[in-house]
Amino acid sequence: MNIVVCVKYVPDAQADRTFSPDDNTTDRENVDGLLSELDEYPVEEALKLADATDGKVIVLTVGPEDATDAARKALQMGAHEAVHVQDDAIHGSDALATSKVLAAAIAKLEYDLILTGMASTDGSMGVVPAMLAERLGLPQITLASELTIEGGKAVIRRDNDASTEIIEASLPAVVSVTDQINEPRYPSFKGIMAAKKKPLQTWSLEDLGLTADEVGSAAAWTTVTSVAERPARTAGQVVTDEGDGGAKLVEFLAGAKLV
Amino acid sequence: MDLNDAAVDLAGLDELLNDDERDVQRAVRTMAQSRIAPYVADWFERGTVDDPRGLVRELGELGVLGMHLTGYGCAGLSATEYGLTCLELEAVDSGIRSLVSVQGSLAMYALWRFGSEEVKTQWLPAMAAGDAVGCFGLTEPDHGSDPSGMTTRARRDGSDWVINGGKMWITNGSIADVAVIWAQTDEGIRGFAVPTSTPGFSAVEIRHKLSLRASITSELTMDEVRVPEECVFPEVRGLGGPLTCLAEARFGVVWGAMGAARTCLSTALRYAVERSQFGRPVAGFQLTQQKLADMELEYVKGMLLAMHLARRKDAGTLRSAQVSLGKLNNVREALEICRTARTILGANGISLEYPVIRHMNNLESVLTYEGTVEMHTLVIGKALTGIDAFR
Repeated sequence: MNIVVCVKYVPDAQADRTFSPDDNTTDRENVDGLLSELDEYPVEEALKLADATDGKVIVLTVGPEDATDAARKALQMGAHEAVHVQDDAIHGSDALATSKVLAAAIAKLEYDLILTGMASTDGSMGVVPAMLAERLGLPQITLASELTIEGGKAVIRRDNDASTEIIEASLPAVVSVTDQINEPRYPSFKGIMAAKKKPLQTWSLEDLGLTADEVGSAAAWTTVTSVAERPARTAGQVVTDEGDGGAKLVEFLAGAKLV
Repeated sequence: MDLNDAAVDLAGLDELLNDDERDVQRAVRTMAQSRIAPYVADWFERGTVDDPRGLVRELGELGVLGMHLTGYGCAGLSATEYGLTCLELEAVDSGIRSLVSVQGSLAMYALWRFGSEEVKTQWLPAMAAGDAVGCFGLTEPDHGSDPSGMTTRARRDGSDWVINGGKMWITNGSIADVAVIWAQTDEGIRGFAVPTSTPGFSAVEIRHKLSLRASITSELTMDEVRVPEECVFPEVRGLGGPLTCLAEARFGVVWGAMGAARTCLSTALRYAVERSQFGRPVAGFQLTQQKLADMELEYVKGMLLAMHLARRKDAGTLRSAQVSLGKLNNVREALEICRTARTILGANGISLEYPVIRHMNNLESVLTYEGTVEMHTLVIGKALTGIDAFR
């Protein structure tokens, strides 16, 4: 079974993340980047499925030159091949354009299953899996906390607040997975060394049959018009218990519609 | 996060590494921070390691056990990468780095360098994978810095060897599957790969330590322990054998100590910025800044020395007196950094809620093992003057 895993290179969440002052896009220059933590889960899930079926895992990433690091990390974890779509014109793309690039790249690959994370840790929109499925004309099942492949179908469990759903889709399909699905492995030294010899292709927009005006800031349907720092946290409210502490707490909670 | 926490890498040490080295360091850091760091203070407090065999297996899966050796399932990485691994492991706890040093640089290295082919194929792949644990028996209750007077003896009996004696302060002793034992024989000091399941071999864990509490330390007793000929190391005679192994492990200590120092320095730095007294951060007082600046200086110098020695080791030009320079300087300065960090944290410095006193107490052991301060001082003195002051 061939599994394509879409992964994103994001700024390290442990660093101070900012926006570029020029165009309000995520600042990727001044912060170290890495493979989005939420994308380690689909990589791990793909590796487990591939191990069980003697299959192949291809990681696909779209991003600037340094985004190769995210693909390399996935190769070190055990993925077999990687494709990095890199083109200066892609800068500033919104989710719609990103899904367009991903779909065009996937169309050039052989696949039985497409896995993604539940969202990126920078944009956190979580809409790309659905857009991707729509563009490819494939069924989508999202937010899987468990995934099995049986009889040409993907079967997932999706945990909701009050219920658990079991959903299936015929293959090929797009499946997004949550951070509850597994515990991603970390690269071993053997994995790090093996990754150096694995194929990592770089494709441009032209390779995908796309043109610059279909992607990037100019083609974006959404624009970040302004950004502001989160206001400093204000001092809390201290409730002094003068025999009516309980009542005051209830009053506060009720006032904030928390109870 | 690379060679250093960015906050303490004022000198830009990270530039000294290539991509492969960064990848190895990152892999070890990820594993150590997620699988060991959350539990190690609790192990230290209770004086134990939960599931040490499981921990060894995880380290084996990562590839750190015997990582600088080649063949027999070992990763075959560079001395620099091994140093970075020790740095990251000891940034979590000296006891964990000790476990890895003893497994890889003492036990595995001795078997790899000196053992018969039978011994190598029997033990090395399993030890690299973390399925088997090794220990290294040189020190005895009455013979520490001067091992030449050891009383453990091995005698030939037909085609077998029979070993009698005792070894002390043996890391991993009680959980080991194989013990490298150095013993007097009629042909001088020789080394043996002794399966710990051999009748007459026993290991008792040493209690009441106030240092390296997240590390298993044991006393070994051998009473008529009989092993076949293939267990003896065929070529090596005399103290040169064990001392070669110690120089290997010592190199890891040069790096590891800086890991403990880094953790204490970055903890103290964070604490000093967050903690307020007299209406301003503790970090805003000149006395504190003096401490932090001195800690940073010694940290950077120790790292540069470690890096230099690693490059020499990779080039095959490292001499043992140079390792003594590194071991003496880096452990001594790391201990001083940890003690100073302890003062910056005030009363919190003595609590296991913070890593500082744990690292400080651990380094008291590291200061002594793998050659005491006194021995390394005399080795350096001898290298400088040509005069041997201790033999």
